[in-house]
Amino acid sequence: MVASNTIITERDHSRFMSLLEGLDRDANARFVFLLDKSGQQIAAAGEMDQVDPTSLASLTAGNVAATEGVAKLVGENGFLTLFHEGKRDSLHISVVADRVILLVVFDERSSLGLVRLRVEQYLEPLSAIVVDMLSRPDGPPAGVGDGQPLGEITEADLDALFGD
Amino acid sequence: MLCSATETAMAFINYAAREINCKIVYYGPGLCGKTTNIQWIHEKTREEAKGKLISLATETDRTLFFDFMPIELGTIRGFRTRFHLYTVPGQVFYEASRKLILKGVDGVVFVADSQEVRRDANIDSLENLRLNLTAHGYDPLTIPYVLQLNKRDLPTVLPPEELRRDLSFRDEPVFEAVATDGSGVFETLKGIIKQVLLDLKNR
Repeated sequence: MVASNTIITERDHSRFMSLLEGLDRDANARFVFLLDKSGQQIAAAGEMDQVDPTSLASLTAGNVAATEGVAKLVGENGFLTLFHEGKRDSLHISVVADRVILLVVFDERSSLGLVRLRVEQYLEPLSAIVVDMLSRPDGPPAGVGDGQPLGEITEADLDALFGD
Repeated sequence: MLCSATETAMAFINYAAREINCKIVYYGPGLCGKTTNIQWIHEKTREEAKGKLISLATETDRTLFFDFMPIELGTIRGFRTRFHLYTVPGQVFYEASRKLILKGVDGVVFVADSQEVRRDANIDSLENLRLNLTAHGYDPLTIPYVLQLNKRDLPTVLPPEELRRDLSFRDEPVFEAVATDGSGVFETLKGIIKQVLLDLKNR
């Protein structure tokens, strides 16, 4: 059985954040959002006060999964980018290193052309971090100092979660 | 590459946010009560521990793509434990969507409809689950899994022993339920969450 956990370290997160903040600024976006294909949020930058990130991650992953299913039906391996145009806000979605999804939400302060250009510039460095993150063996990340939390779970911890 | 074994990732551990995120999928034939399970959990979970319940449904309230809700149970060793609960569309012709939702799953609840008339539908759906898990690179015999026998309040139900003979294929925990009044719903959820966390521990 394939059973590898996805582990994001503090260092991964700060590297992602540095790029996402740069992309958000350079693309004049409302916000940029990084998630994995199973619908888990990784990092975000920009104006996200009004947005529920958990729902956004789940629905965006569903959107990408459905579109990849359509791609296969028409003989494509997948689509590199998706674009949804709204009256006020638009979405630009790209798949990074086959495993992670980059969502850019922008309004009239930006344009599709600018967003596409900036995303292309940031895709390679983002892919490099994703590849690093996924190629690391499972286990406690070096330098974190807390150890692997899952290895220490006891039955009592589980009962405590449910208030038993 | 949507379904290759190499893409199957399980729990998502974020050391920066100090979170463990797991994905649980409720599977089963059409109208067996998957959405009702999730709705009950959403209704009875305290506000601060749950997120929005999202239902991508048809105009007649049949699940079109999935239902989704996040819940947070508390902390283990300083890590917030969050579970993302999904249902699949049960109707046979939504097979393509159903398969997509299993991507990255950490644990599965199979909701069986206990009525005699749904016997074949249960068996077909379980076989479909096993095929789709295998297609995603999971071993159905080892993935965290529980069986729920739902609709125990209806007059035409089969005895639990008979349902087990039809549907049990490993030493899985079995829970009897009436999702419309909440009986067995949280017991089922606790059963799968415990299995998921113990599986993560033992890996």
